Amino acid sequence: MWEYTDKVRDHFFNPRNVGEIEDADGTGEVGSLACGDALKLTFKLDENGRIKDAMFKTFGCASAIATSSVLTEIIKGMTIEEASKVTNKEIADYLGGLPEQKMHCSVMGREALEAAIENYRTGGRKKHELEGRVVCTCFGVTEKEIERVIRENNLTTVEQVTNYCKAGGGCGGCKGEIEKIIERVQGEKTKEKAMAAPAKGQKLTNIQKIQLIQQTINEQIRPALRADGGDIELIDVDGNRVIVALRGMCAQCALANVTMKDLVEAKLREFVGDTFYVEQAKDSTGE
Amino acid sequence: MKTIYLDNNATTKVAEEVFEEIKPYFCELYGNPSSMHTFGGQIGRKIREAREKVAAILGCDPSEVIFTGCGTESDNTAIKSTLAAYPNKRKVITTRVEHPAVLSICRELDSHGYTVVELAVDRYGRLDIEQLETQLDDDTAIVTIMFANNETGVIFPVEKIAEMVADKGIVFHTDAVQAVGKVPMNLAKSSIDLLSLSGHKLHAPKGIGVLYVRKGTRLAPFMLGGHQEGGRRAGTENVPGIIGLGRACELAAKNFEQENKKVKNLRDKLEKAILEKCPDCMVNGSPENRLPNTTNISFEFIEGEAILLMLDKFGICASSGSACTSGSLEPSHVLRAMGVPFTAAHGSIRFSLSRYNTEEEIDYAIEKIPPIITRLRELSPFVTK
Repeated sequence: MWEYTDKVRDHFFNPRNVGEIEDADGTGEVGSLACGDALKLTFKLDENGRIKDAMFKTFGCASAIATSSVLTEIIKGMTIEEASKVTNKEIADYLGGLPEQKMHCSVMGREALEAAIENYRTGGRKKHELEGRVVCTCFGVTEKEIERVIRENNLTTVEQVTNYCKAGGGCGGCKGEIEKIIERVQGEKTKEKAMAAPAKGQKLTNIQKIQLIQQTINEQIRPALRADGGDIELIDVDGNRVIVALRGMCAQCALANVTMKDLVEAKLREFVGDTFYVEQAKDSTGE
Repeated sequence: MKTIYLDNNATTKVAEEVFEEIKPYFCELYGNPSSMHTFGGQIGRKIREAREKVAAILGCDPSEVIFTGCGTESDNTAIKSTLAAYPNKRKVITTRVEHPAVLSICRELDSHGYTVVELAVDRYGRLDIEQLETQLDDDTAIVTIMFANNETGVIFPVEKIAEMVADKGIVFHTDAVQAVGKVPMNLAKSSIDLLSLSGHKLHAPKGIGVLYVRKGTRLAPFMLGGHQEGGRRAGTENVPGIIGLGRACELAAKNFEQENKKVKNLRDKLEKAILEKCPDCMVNGSPENRLPNTTNISFEFIEGEAILLMLDKFGICASSGSACTSGSLEPSHVLRAMGVPFTAAHGSIRFSLSRYNTEEEIDYAIEKIPPIITRLRELSPFVTK
């Protein structure tokens, strides 16, 4: 059972401002039925340009509903300028915090708000649309969005990024890339935290090297792929060249190459040795 | 506030009779059945009686009953010990809708070089038997297929499957954790080789399970140490658990038909009322071959966790296959395997009854559920009415 704060429970059981403003100045929509949560936010301004009224409709779990409800309260009385600065962290803090796995609800709130402001300013799109390159194709999360949740919430692991914006929570094919984005945004911070490799650096015999690579694939790489319906097989090791094949969902995934290069290579370098590079076996696409 | 417990596939209340029966075995009769003295030794007789009672409900010989720590242990052991007994066979067949106690083990084996086949189900949760037939070969060490599904209650024709598998000389295991006490069994007459049972699903305490091992089934010992359970599962017996399970099986066997009929009537009443009073909802899983106590209903346009929390406010306990309740982002693997659309899977609720549920409780639930659904749909952007 989730540990929800009293404030979350209150906003879930007694949601404020439910509905839709008919002649709204700004309308923002985010999410879908398939994703498991969706929010439609509408607001109306007063003569001084402050948000006079805000209403929501939400499909989703208790924290999604509570987040939407509290968002309408937060932005009431704000100018557009002020509202555009509201972060997902502020929304979560207002509720006394959310369970880590539910943080994406607060991000959804902020995205809907942004879409509504955009709609007000340009009269254009109401839907939260993808800007820039899409990294997670399952949940449609862009590089920009991932960078932003990392920065605003000081995230350091892929798991956290998944909790905050869902990226990586579907097929998992983009986990390697998310890892790279974290590294880029957080710079040296994450590198220091990298775990000491068990036997890395020692001079290995061929057998030891292959065993260590297999062990690393079994323990560090396969579980992540497997959780998402994919799999990986070690085909051969030739000097520092590691040849692997992707199976299951990974085999059909458009992002397979990225998975290969980034995730597998990163893990092998972390646990086996710095000089390894990875190649995909030629037959591995047509399972 | 009164608790209306409709989550009996998760766990059940320990029957009062069971609790009374096991009470003396904590502070008074705490001896070790392996001891030479009468104080401990007398416990051995109670364990034998319990084993007979378990055997009676399964329709097998008491010597075929091994007590374990839980259903998960039984499942893990059945699979791993069979593979250990057939080191040259490298294939395992299971289904996509198994409980994680089976599915996780199979997927783990897959990474150790075993070929694992997960059989598909149709949209009613029914198994593709023909697919199974084509998969059975000389390399297959074990086929493990659940008796009844924990999420939908759909019952698989395991006895028929067991015969098919036995014809090829392959070991057949079934996870019957949800079925024992709800479906009549006569293992002596079936071809099932291994069967898992869990005490806390049939009003015994948590922490006790059974692995039925048909005589003549090759199974490597799985816990080494003492001579308990014929040396196959060493470890001092969970005396209160075993005695409690024996009593629970005895209770389940008594009035088996009436109890299950009563439960089924209440389940049907609840299901019918919900379908009548709430628009846009549907039952997941074949209504024909289903456990008498389970119904899994999808409410479209709303999300399961939100429904559960609203129910919780009225003291009604149920569970959901939505993504949000598990902490993952994907809804139940069972509903996905059945091809239930995401829109319906996110809003799925499982109600599972027991013989302790009353007509008043069901009436109370019927009264409370429709307004909850209406309330949440008012919040949903997908409902425009």
